[in-house]
Amino acid sequence: MHIVICIKQVPDSAQIRVHPVTNTIMRQGVPTIINPYDLFALEEALKLRDVHGGEVTVLTMGPPMAEDSLRKALGYGADRAVLLTDRYFAGSDTLATSFALSQAIAKIGETFGRPDIVFTGKQTIDGDTAQVGPGIAKRLDLSQLTYVAKIASIDLKTREIEVARRAEGGTQLLKSRLPCLITMLEDTNEIRRGSLQQALCAARSQVVKWTAADAGIDDLTRCGLRGSPTVVKRVFAPTARAESAAQIDTAEKCLQDIADELIANILTRRPALEHELAFNSGT
Amino acid sequence: MSTASQATPRLAPGRSGVKKELPDRFKDYRHVWVFLELERGNVHPVSFELLGEGRKLADKLEVQLAGVVLGPPGEMVEDAVAEAFAYGADLVYIVDAPPLADYRNEPFAKALTDLVNTHKPEILLLGATTLGRDLAGSVATTLQTGLTADCTELDVDSDGSLAATRPTFGGSLLCTIYTLNYRPQMATVRPRVMPMPQRVDKPVGRVMRHKLSLVEDDIVTKVLGFLPDNQSAMANLAYADVVVAGGLGLGAAENLQLVKKLARAIGAEHGCSRPLVQKGWMPADRQIGQTGKTIRPKLYIAAGISGAIQHRVGVEGADLIVAINTDPNAPIFEFAHLGIVTDAIRFLPALTEAFTRRLSPHSRDKLAS
Ligand SMILES: Cc1cc2nc3c(=O)[nH]c(=O)nc-3n(C[C@H](O)[C@H](O)[C@H](O)COP(=O)(O)OP(=O)(O)OC[C@H]3O[C@@H](n4cnc5c(N)ncnc54)[C@H](O)[C@@H]3O)c2cc1C
Repeated sequence: MHIVICIKQVPDSAQIRVHPVTNTIMRQGVPTIINPYDLFALEEALKLRDVHGGEVTVLTMGPPMAEDSLRKALGYGADRAVLLTDRYFAGSDTLATSFALSQAIAKIGETFGRPDIVFTGKQTIDGDTAQVGPGIAKRLDLSQLTYVAKIASIDLKTREIEVARRAEGGTQLLKSRLPCLITMLEDTNEIRRGSLQQALCAARSQVVKWTAADAGIDDLTRCGLRGSPTVVKRVFAPTARAESAAQIDTAEKCLQDIADELIANILTRRPALEHELAFNSGT
Repeated sequence: MSTASQATPRLAPGRSGVKKELPDRFKDYRHVWVFLELERGNVHPVSFELLGEGRKLADKLEVQLAGVVLGPPGEMVEDAVAEAFAYGADLVYIVDAPPLADYRNEPFAKALTDLVNTHKPEILLLGATTLGRDLAGSVATTLQTGLTADCTELDVDSDGSLAATRPTFGGSLLCTIYTLNYRPQMATVRPRVMPMPQRVDKPVGRVMRHKLSLVEDDIVTKVLGFLPDNQSAMANLAYADVVVAGGLGLGAAENLQLVKKLARAIGAEHGCSRPLVQKGWMPADRQIGQTGKTIRPKLYIAAGISGAIQHRVGVEGADLIVAINTDPNAPIFEFAHLGIVTDAIRFLPALTEAFTRRLSPHSRDKLAS
């Protein structure tokens, strides 16, 4: 079985700071990580390979330094890594990104064997859109299984797959066909620690580097800024509230008095709440 | 946030100069559409929130607001159509066919794409639910148009384009995005970000019914079953009027009892910050914030929560935010309305008791009446 998984190198957004004057992101010194949701998908891919055999190819589109993430993925046990990098990709929105990635996946299919499953994370932590997976599925005409919590079974002979998928208000059990595109839900998997041997191999293995031309993309108008229908016009910081919280004085008061004072304050500000509170509790 | 001073709009480098020249083939794209999401027989409330927002956009553009209802033939669809009118739609497009009984990407994407190609809306809005995101991504790709995810604000520019504002970099910044040169302009909005509009009973408007150009045999994916969430997971945190949440400041999983007890005493839902989910102290559907739920309660009580930006974006819509935190400099005090610098582990039981004392006779009256 050949599995292709798309990962993204992202800034560790927990550590991002915004410049107080210019409202720009201060990237210096912010470490980059593999998008955490992609790691759930990577682990799922590795597990499937453990059971069904075959190969796992990791793919990323990004600047040359995104190679670090691919090496990490190789260290976890992926068999092959492809870096799609070209200045023509700069400024891609989700439509342009899914175009480039789908072209690269098609090329991977021609070069290394047609994938049975393409994985992506549920979403990225910097863009948060959850759009690239569906975009790839549509372009490659793969059946699309998003928010998958569990892969229940895969039958390589009949080419059928059964999954449990998160839906509003419950879990949907779906049967579909290979090849398919799956986006994995969070918290389904804990990424394995690669072995020392894998780490050593990863350090030595080649990362396949493709430009747009290498990936067979001849229509560059569909890439990067030019291929992106959405345009970011304005970036700004959220408005700060004029005043900060009114503090309830706690000095020399017992907890009960403070609690009473808080409730009085709540009800002064929102008298209607008196009728809401404890109304649904049924106690 | 101390870094978030006054909002000073800034042009993003390198992207500001793109000129807008709508190709001729898009010039007759008109009207605002809202996709109505059917969930187990009911319309998802986010669809009403979107109709409220869509109404404003349509009025500004002086165009019509249309709802789109996809589902199996029958009562469920007819009810949804009536609701769409009650929440402000001028007309409703319906595709009703048996393959649309349960959500699957293929028939839904096909139905919506066909409708767009036939009737050419300039704006198409969907809820950023699991269904809406799954559907929007493939429809936008097929139509080769722009899609802006998880918007927190929608507006119409002086030249009539949709200005879609969304958080970026985990909520630390906001950006306003335009779909230039392509139509429709698509956006998703999370539940509870927009206020619920008033429901008005009004005479039924115009209905346009379409056929689904697919039959069941064409569809690769089959639904084998549906397991509804169990009682505890069904907690509708997003729609609760009162929410009590705990954060890492509570120190230990056992202390979450204190949050649950207070919530029970005042008839609230309980939630948490992200680290508690990561530690396995609470299930993921209780998480509030950027990667959890957006809430819009009348009262939000946060105990032992620092108020990181990713948490803040999920609670900002609350009417009244009360923060309990030992650190007077915790960021949460910058957006809370009422703050108490104290140990939540000791204070929560006192607050529960005070509420019980004050409210129980009252709620007894309520139940008796
Ligand atoms: C991509 C991304 C997405 C994220 N999404 C979310 C999200 O959806 N929701 C979310 O909540 N977070 C999210 N986060 C995490 C977020 O950045 C913060 O790490 C998190 O909100 C902090 O949780 P906390 O306030 O409970 O814990 P901490 O930051 O550890 O804060 C604990 C607070 O408790 C106070 N405290 C300590 N002891 C006591 C006591 N006895 N009584 C009262 N107060 C006490 C402390 O002063 C402190 O302010 C996300 C992060 C990333 C990178």
